[in-house]
Amino acid sequence: MLRKFVAFVLLAVVVGLAVYWLVTMPKSVAAASLPAYAPNVANGETMFNAGGCASCHAPDKDNRTLLGGGMELPSPFGAFHVPNISQNPADGIGRWSEADFVTAMTKGTSPDGRHYFPSFPYTSYASMKLEDVRDLFAYLKTLPQAAGKSQPHDLPFPFNIRRNLGGWKFLFFDDKPFVADASKSPQWNRGAYLVNGPGHCAECHSPRNLLGGLVASQRFAGGPNPEGKGWVPNITQKGLSGWSDKDIAYFLESGMTPEGDSAGGSMTPVIENTARLSAEDRMAMAVYLKSLAPVDGPARPGKS
Amino acid sequence: MIVRILVAAVAVAVGASTVVAQQDAIAARKALMKATGAQTAVAVKMVKGDEPFDLAKAKAVFVAYQDAAAKGPGLFPANAKEGGDTTAAPKIWENKADFDAKFAKFGADAKAAEAKVVDLATLKASFGEVSKNCAGCHNEYRVKK
Repeated sequence: MLRKFVAFVLLAVVVGLAVYWLVTMPKSVAAASLPAYAPNVANGETMFNAGGCASCHAPDKDNRTLLGGGMELPSPFGAFHVPNISQNPADGIGRWSEADFVTAMTKGTSPDGRHYFPSFPYTSYASMKLEDVRDLFAYLKTLPQAAGKSQPHDLPFPFNIRRNLGGWKFLFFDDKPFVADASKSPQWNRGAYLVNGPGHCAECHSPRNLLGGLVASQRFAGGPNPEGKGWVPNITQKGLSGWSDKDIAYFLESGMTPEGDSAGGSMTPVIENTARLSAEDRMAMAVYLKSLAPVDGPARPGKS
Repeated sequence: MIVRILVAAVAVAVGASTVVAQQDAIAARKALMKATGAQTAVAVKMVKGDEPFDLAKAKAVFVAYQDAAAKGPGLFPANAKEGGDTTAAPKIWENKADFDAKFAKFGADAKAAEAKVVDLATLKASFGEVSKNCAGCHNEYRVKK
């Protein structure tokens, strides 16, 4: 009897470990799976601005293309340190293949086969078109090298075990590409793509659960600032019903609200990015945001 | 005894007037920011095309900015760091010289803009330049609550 029980427990442990191993296995994109392609560097620059790469990776805001990283990104799980993604072969990503880059952006896996933390918003970038990711890679190749490696992330156990992120991805990461809604206009679809894919607006403008996953039912409904103090606004029509699509587009261009206030906090560097997009792209984002049904976000303490 | 009472009374009065001064400064700067924001909204509406261009209104925006820039530094005395639900960052008083210089630049830019504006195109250009000062200062010296 006891022997049977021990055997059962051992079997359960082995099966459990096997399931853990399989579920948490990092995925990658094979170089052979990428079709021949002539990248469009100008579109890559658009993706660079839409994606907000400079906001985290360029420490000097006046030199947006020097992507040395180093900035600390606080979170409830510990402090992340933004890596160098410049073309420096030793400290940056200068030696990366295109497949390495596509894998990082759409699978959240590093070239050495480890999971990235979702502080790098591959959860949104994964829905980017393959061509856009490849154009971005080609654009990054044209940018200067920055020296210096950033320090490792400062996370307590168990968040520092990268393999566990496979479980997190299993729960919260949908690596499907963006699918256009044929019932909507091309402008709406462009906006939906920019907001949800490269723009990764939902990453800050949605509440997160205890494990750091986005609360899907409250997407875009705002919540506590994951970087610490303050509150991220609700950008569904619950929060922006008083804004016209023109108001939103102008805000993305200038950082000015219809009330005459300026964007603050982490939105200011975002405006630096959206200000560089085309007026058409900003309007597309605005049209999409205006279409979001009103959703209540978490209750803001101290405010009614 | 009487002296003591007098001293105590004076102390209380001084304390109370300090509180009043502090509340006054905080209320005054809030009102000033609000008025400046309302003027900004006027310019924003014209720039967006929601309202027709009006030279007098456009110039008034930049005049209001100069007024705000002139009054601003005086509304952040060292005794008005906290209270009244202020969003002024403590950093203001660590870098008061830089803070004041930012107001001065804002005023100078507004003055230049007032001189330049003649039509919608010039309003767009100069408003875009001047309004960079808002975010420039708010980011550093306003705390988000």
